[in-house]
Amino acid sequence: MGLSLEKVSYVYEQGTAMETAALKDVSLEIPDNQFIGLIGHTGSGKSTLVQLLNGLLRPSSGSVLYNGKDIHADGFDKKALRANVGLVFQYPEHQLFEVDVLSDVMYGPRNLGLDEAVCKKRAVQALENVGISEKYFKTSPFDLSGGQKRRAAIAGVLAMNPKVLILDEPTAGLDPRGRDEILGLISEMKKKLSMTIILVSHSMDDVARYVERIVVMGHGEKVFDDSPKNVFRHYTELEELGLSAPQITYIMNTLRESGFDVETDALTVEEAAEEIMRRISKSSR
Amino acid sequence: MIKISKLIHDYIQRDEEGNPSGTIRAINDISLDVEPGQFIAILGHNGSGKSTLAKHLNALLFPTEGAVWVNGLDTKDQSLLWEIRQTAGMVFQNPDNQIIGQVVEEDVGFGPENMGVPTEKIWERVEESLKTVGMYEYRKKSPNRLSGGQKQRVSIAGVIAMHPKCIIMDEPTAMLDPSGRADVINAAMKLNREEGITIILITHYMEEAIRADRVFVMDEGKIAMQGTPREVFSQVEKMQAIHLDVPQVTLLGHLLREKGLDIPEGILTREELAQALRRQCGCRITAERK
Repeated sequence: MGLSLEKVSYVYEQGTAMETAALKDVSLEIPDNQFIGLIGHTGSGKSTLVQLLNGLLRPSSGSVLYNGKDIHADGFDKKALRANVGLVFQYPEHQLFEVDVLSDVMYGPRNLGLDEAVCKKRAVQALENVGISEKYFKTSPFDLSGGQKRRAAIAGVLAMNPKVLILDEPTAGLDPRGRDEILGLISEMKKKLSMTIILVSHSMDDVARYVERIVVMGHGEKVFDDSPKNVFRHYTELEELGLSAPQITYIMNTLRESGFDVETDALTVEEAAEEIMRRISKSSR
Repeated sequence: MIKISKLIHDYIQRDEEGNPSGTIRAINDISLDVEPGQFIAILGHNGSGKSTLAKHLNALLFPTEGAVWVNGLDTKDQSLLWEIRQTAGMVFQNPDNQIIGQVVEEDVGFGPENMGVPTEKIWERVEESLKTVGMYEYRKKSPNRLSGGQKQRVSIAGVIAMHPKCIIMDEPTAMLDPSGRADVINAAMKLNREEGITIILITHYMEEAIRADRVFVMDEGKIAMQGTPREVFSQVEKMQAIHLDVPQVTLLGHLLREKGLDIPEGILTREELAQALRRQCGCRITAERK
């Protein structure tokens, strides 16, 4: 089951002089328990897509289905949808507001009308999953460090027990260490909670290492939808879309062009090093 | 161009009533010199003090101890404030926080107008600045219709229009997509190479530091490493110990060296790696081709 888009188009300010088509005829299947990277340049339609997925926007044409049911049909429970499809916005720490960390994370489950004890249990669990220890529960969220704030904000969405978690640029503004921490955390969560995670990013270097599938958006259309290795083969087309392949793809292609018979589909520096060693020992035999 | 001598900066912490309760030392005894026309990159993780250092360079912050001179002007001297800020312009991380004009060309003209430049001279400067960053064709547009990279280039044009000798860029590409990043860095390189403007680039992206004349790495308010990009990036383990990356091509060279290949440390470009590999096993490959 899961989410799917069927021939969805979305037009901003329809019927006015400012009319702009943000999405054109996009179809997409998002099954359960998959780790997906959603990539696109600024203005490619990826944020519009994300807002369509949890019903914040209504398609101009086409339909969005959750477990086979149209989410905009009469009688569809949108509240349940938003609990099941969690969205972590860019700079989520700007949305922290409660007096202490625990209450902030409990805000979501409370809104679902759950029992106080259940809310607390879920919040504690969510905070544990993002690696925030009990000693911070009663701290004001504003006294946390930058990386902790972001993790607390993610916990707030996680406490809704979503089946699909969408994270919009979760590493924006972080240094290399903060970036590795957050991406490592998300990847752990994926394994532990077997949920579908959609990582929205414009950095191929960030997603290459983690995701199993990449959807590339360009000018409102779905351009590629494949495994990372297959998507990065199109690195020249990616550049035309204002994107770039991971640095390692360029390195391997340069080596190949200068006469080394290496495969160019390594996703990490470690894989690349192994590939080069393999070729070198082969040719020396 | 810039001289920093034994700089110390303490932030004052305040309790709930606003009374000072302690201090945090953000910069701990830094001395450095920047020559006119140099391209400098400053690296360091969050909280290492690099933005605090940058803010000293155009007198947004003042030394707790030690001194900073910009083009010979002591930043502690309040009467020199405007002269210092015209000499050293600053570009910040978030383009949306630095654009005030309704139209691109008005925004760029704001700086020189504030300085009292005569009107026709202002327009000359606006035109030349926008052309330098490749945004001239957008001069009549509204800034909020531009992409992040375009906005950031307009911010840079606004700084250039004040004819600074030095531009400090505090993570100008952190919020941009890859093509926006490349455009901003290329604009900075062009200003440096063609106009001879001193550039101080603060960044998290190691690849952006490769073309710098000199790299400073900050950690815990001190300069932990400095040298040419090659000298700094050849110390892979040391960089990793202070939680920083090296460019991926440098890391790949390092890993191959560990696996026993004769590759020098501090490879900076893909072409250098290809060359080093060719030296290592070139004869074998040519043999194979025959």
